[in-house]
Amino acid sequence: MSYQHYFQTEHDQIRQITRRFVEREMMPFVDAWEEAGSFPRELYQKAAKVGILGMGYPEALGGTPGDLFMQIAVWEELMRPGSGGLSAGLGSLHIALPPILALGSPEQQEQFIRPVLAGERIAALAVTEPGGGSDVAGLATTAVLQNDHYIVNGSKTFITSGCRADLVTTAVRTGGPGSHGISLLVIEADTPGFSRSQPLKKMGWWASDTAQLFFDDCGVPAGNLIGAENMGFYAIMGNFQKERLQMSIVANMTAELALTACLDYVQQREAFGRPIAGFQVMRHKLVDMATELEVSREFTYRVAAKMNDGVDQVKEVSMAKLFATKMCDMVTYEAVQIFGGYGYMREYLVERLYRDSRILSIGGGTTEIMKEIVAKRIF
Amino acid sequence: MKVVVCTKQTPSTTAVFSVNNGAVSWEDSGGKPNVVNPWDEYAVEEAIRVKENHGASQAIALTMGTPDSQEALKTCLAMGCDEAILVSDPSFAGSDTLGTARILAAALEKIDGAKVVIFGKQAIDGDTGLTPVQVARKLGWTPVTYVSAIKEIKGHTITLERLLEDGKETVTTDLPVVISVVKEINEPRYPSFMGIRKANRATIPTWSAADLNISGGVGAGASQADWSHVYAIPAREGSVEIIEGDSVEEKVAALVDKLFEEKVI
Repeated sequence: MSYQHYFQTEHDQIRQITRRFVEREMMPFVDAWEEAGSFPRELYQKAAKVGILGMGYPEALGGTPGDLFMQIAVWEELMRPGSGGLSAGLGSLHIALPPILALGSPEQQEQFIRPVLAGERIAALAVTEPGGGSDVAGLATTAVLQNDHYIVNGSKTFITSGCRADLVTTAVRTGGPGSHGISLLVIEADTPGFSRSQPLKKMGWWASDTAQLFFDDCGVPAGNLIGAENMGFYAIMGNFQKERLQMSIVANMTAELALTACLDYVQQREAFGRPIAGFQVMRHKLVDMATELEVSREFTYRVAAKMNDGVDQVKEVSMAKLFATKMCDMVTYEAVQIFGGYGYMREYLVERLYRDSRILSIGGGTTEIMKEIVAKRIF
Repeated sequence: MKVVVCTKQTPSTTAVFSVNNGAVSWEDSGGKPNVVNPWDEYAVEEAIRVKENHGASQAIALTMGTPDSQEALKTCLAMGCDEAILVSDPSFAGSDTLGTARILAAALEKIDGAKVVIFGKQAIDGDTGLTPVQVARKLGWTPVTYVSAIKEIKGHTITLERLLEDGKETVTTDLPVVISVVKEINEPRYPSFMGIRKANRATIPTWSAADLNISGGVGAGASQADWSHVYAIPAREGSVEIIEGDSVEEKVAALVDKLFEEKVI
C-alpha cells in the first residue's frame, strides 16, 4: 500500500466487538437515558468486562494495552448511539486517570486506577471553577498541608460524571499564584467536607451527569497527591492533548451521524413532487458537509498517528479540535435545516446532535484558547 | 475432565447471499462475512462455565473447516476457551453431516480426558441439527439434545435439563456425553479485548486426515446428500394499496370489501 492505513485487522476486531456491545447494551436504551439525564451504573461494569474502559491502559492494572488507534476505534463506536453525553459519561475516566498513570506511584495506580478500569468505581476530572474555566493558572481552590492531610477549600463546576464519581482528580492551589502553585489531588467522594450539587441542567449531553463540587475544609490524605507538589499545571496541560484529540474524534463522529441521517432523509422526503435530493441546492449543501467532514477526519487521524509515534502535536491537535468542532457545528446546523420542522423535534437524531455539538468547541479548551495555542506556535 | 465445544464458522447473520451457476457466495457490508455459528456461542459460553463452575480442567474449542476457520476459533479463545484445535484437510471438503461426525469423533478421541462435548443446537447455514447425535453415535457416547441447563456434574454422572415443546425434562446420565444446547441456557459473554489480543498471537494446531487416521467415508465423494440444484429463491411479489376515503367509516367499509374480495375474511 502506498498510503497509510490507520486501522489494521486487530483494530477492526476491537471495533467489531465494541460495535456489537453498543448495539446490544446501549442503542436500545439511549433515548430513554437521554430523557432521564443519566444511564445505569451497571453499564460501567458491563463495558469493563469487555475491556472497553481499559483500552490503552496497562494489563497489570486490568487494562488492555493498545495503540492510539485502538482507543480511537473504541471512542468512535461508543458514539454510534448519537449521544455525546453517554460517551462522555462512560469515558470520564480517560481524563481523570492519565495523570495518575503518568505521575502516580505504583500504590496510587493500584488504589485508584484498577477499580475504575474494572467498572467498580467512577472517576472524574475537576479543573474548571465557577470563577474561571480557560484560565487554569488562575484557579482558586486551595489545599493547605496540615500534618498528613491537605485541607481543601473551594469549588469546581461543569464536572462530567460529577454527580456519582467515587474519585475526583482535582486541580488545587498548594503554592503561590500562577501556574507554579498548582497540584493534583485525588479526592474520594466519601471524604468529609466533600459535597456536590444536583445534576446541572444542560443544553446537550443530557445522558451525562454533570455537577458542581464543593470542598469545605475537606481533609484529603497527603498520600493522594499525584506527582510533585506545585507541578500539577504541566500534568493538566499534558492531559489536555489527548482530551482534545478525543473531542476531535467525537466531533467527527457527531457530524458523520448527522450527515448519514441527512443522506437517508433527502432520498425519502419529497417536496414539489420529487425527493429533495433532486434539488441542486440540497446536493451542494450535502457535498459541503461531506467534504469538510472528510478533511477533518483525515487531519485528525494524521495528528493521532503522529501523537502515537510520540511526535509533539500541541499545535496540530489544537488545530484539529478547533477545525473539527467548527465543522461539526456547521454540519449539525445544516442537518437540522435539511430536516426542517422535523429536525427541531426531539424524536429526530439530528436535533440531539445539534445540541450536543455546541459543547465541543467549549469543553476541553475553547476554540479561542485553541487559537491562542496555535498563534504562539506560528509566529 | 475436559470439556470440548464443537463450533462451526458460518456466514454472518447480516451477510448478503448470491447464487451463480449453483455456486453460493456471500459478503457483508459490515466487513465480517464469517462468524462463529450464532447457536454455538451458547455452547462456547456453557463450556467455559463448565470449567468455571463444574471443575473441568480445560475448555477446548474444536472446529472442522477450511484454514480460515481459525478466525472462529480465535473468537472462542477470546471468550475464554483455553485451547483451540482446527481439523482441516482438503479431503474433508464437501463432507455431509455423517462425514463431519466421523471427522469430529476421530478428533475427540484424540483429546485425552474429554468427557463433555457441547454443540449448539444447529448451524445457521445447514440447519440440520444432526451432527451432535451423529458424533455421539460414532463415539458410542450418550447424546442429549436441546439442553437448557447443566444442573450438576458429580463423579461419573451429569444431570441436565432439556427444553422440549411441551415442557422441561431432567435427565441424569453417565459421562461421557455429547450435548446440544438451546439459547435459553445462558447469555454468551462478549469476547474481551485482552482475549482478542492474546488469541491473535496464539498458535492454533491443525489436525489433518493423516493425524486422525482417516482414510475414507468423508468428503464430497462419500456424501449422501445431493446438492444437484442450488438456486436463489425468487423475490416475493407484492404491492401496497392505501385505502382512500372521506371518513374513517368509509375507509373501513372499503377495507372490509377488499378483505372479502381477497377471501381474507
